[in-house]
Amino acid sequence: MAAAFVRRSAAIVLRQAYLMRGSVARLLPLFAWVAVDMILWGFITRYLSEVASSGLNFIASLLGAVLLWDFFSRVMQGVTTAFLEDVWSRNFLNLFATPLSIPEYLSGLVVSSIATSTIGLVVMLLLATTFFGLSFFGYGILLAPFLLLLFVFGIALGIAASGIVLWLGPASEWFVWPIPAIVAPFAGVFYPVSTLPGWMQVIARLLPPSAVFEDMRRIVLGRPVSLGELAWGAGLAIVYLVLACWFFARVHRRAIRTGLIARYSAENLA
Amino acid sequence: MTPPPVLAVSDLRKHYGPVVAVDGLSFEVRRNEIVGLLGPNGAGKTTAINMILGVLEPTSGSITIESVDARAHRTGALAHTNFAAVYAPLPGNLTVIQNLRIFGMLYNVPDLSARIEQVIDQFELDRFRHTRCGVLSSGEQTRVGLAKALLNAPSLLLLDEPTASLDPSAARDIRQRIRQYAAQGDVGILWTSHNMYEVEEVCDRVMFLARGRVLLEGDPRQLPGEHGHKTLEDLFVAVAREPLAMEPH
Repeated sequence: MAAAFVRRSAAIVLRQAYLMRGSVARLLPLFAWVAVDMILWGFITRYLSEVASSGLNFIASLLGAVLLWDFFSRVMQGVTTAFLEDVWSRNFLNLFATPLSIPEYLSGLVVSSIATSTIGLVVMLLLATTFFGLSFFGYGILLAPFLLLLFVFGIALGIAASGIVLWLGPASEWFVWPIPAIVAPFAGVFYPVSTLPGWMQVIARLLPPSAVFEDMRRIVLGRPVSLGELAWGAGLAIVYLVLACWFFARVHRRAIRTGLIARYSAENLA
Repeated sequence: MTPPPVLAVSDLRKHYGPVVAVDGLSFEVRRNEIVGLLGPNGAGKTTAINMILGVLEPTSGSITIESVDARAHRTGALAHTNFAAVYAPLPGNLTVIQNLRIFGMLYNVPDLSARIEQVIDQFELDRFRHTRCGVLSSGEQTRVGLAKALLNAPSLLLLDEPTASLDPSAARDIRQRIRQYAAQGDVGILWTSHNMYEVEEVCDRVMFLARGRVLLEGDPRQLPGEHGHKTLEDLFVAVAREPLAMEPH
């Protein structure tokens, strides 16, 4: 039973690997855009460090924030892109007429995302440390929970976004791509949450990444970190992950009830 | 003791609000039997097949595949099942061998590499093994779809218009291969087609569907005569035009 679960999930991962292997158009975005981001923000932070006299370590605060945010975005898109491959190839009928279960399918999407986002993370780390002197060791042991929390929330958003596309049809994939950009202003990626107006701060507290970026800035400024805030963020991320899986399963169930899965394609849904 | 049927469908219904797509469908597919599911467009054939495949939830009724309740134990039931349909080609961005490997894993096929070689050999796909499915001709894609459908050696094979869009020569070739598979073991096949010549040639038994119900059932070679028609096609046209006249009284 467990072996069958692993094998069916592995089939989803293998499908993604086959697609990556044979396509420059799929391989390049894994690292090209994050590399561009690192170079662009690397020079911006270098310039800011030269002209500003605040004593703030821009490399660690800004470039580190960009790196972590790009990692989060890649995790989310790793899930949605693997899901969208089935939309684009109109594969739902073939896929869901097999013994594949939703937990197996989602596990496959998550593992695919781990692989693709890791490639992006490694490229970003190489560029940021080699060319701009970013030291992630500066964040100490907290780097691991930072990455883990962002990873879990990225997976949750990716699954929820996939559920939205399954629910609303292929054209709604355009709702998926801007999600990180919409979340970013609330998450306090580049500035403290206290900078935001009150209503935005309320939303920020409900977004797990804000805990990561607040603590990251505390470390850079040499202030004590708030483990409570990080724990709150981690708890939220887990709740969102559970909710996202529930949402996807519910949308899938609805698609089975209405027959949407059997006739899901770019042609028959506007 | 008579072995249980491969597929038993009982009082199956599917309503979309006030629209009734399948209305109390009951039938069986036995071992070593090819059953034709016939009817005009919109009769409920594909709806019935989708419900058997677990991609459409019935409003009510039961589906049993190899004595497994398909609604309660979907994974167990679908492990014995597979399908091919003209409207469900395999992903065109993967090669033949990649698609077969992925679907073989999804069906948890033991000794998968050897099984893939068997179906590649069976459907003469060797020279296309590294070709993306999207660039194959209709006939070649149909063969790949059938190779996928036989990967897990299903005891229930669902074929929804498997030869649609094929030229007569390719269609004959496909029919021959499916019959070879059917003759190999304890397999039941449910086959939909609008080609009555094909149905007469292949099917042991046919069921005429209209408005989601079985109107007629019997041997495709004898059924036309029993209802005052020369050919199966004439009977099909009569059923399609006047389904109420064929309703059992």
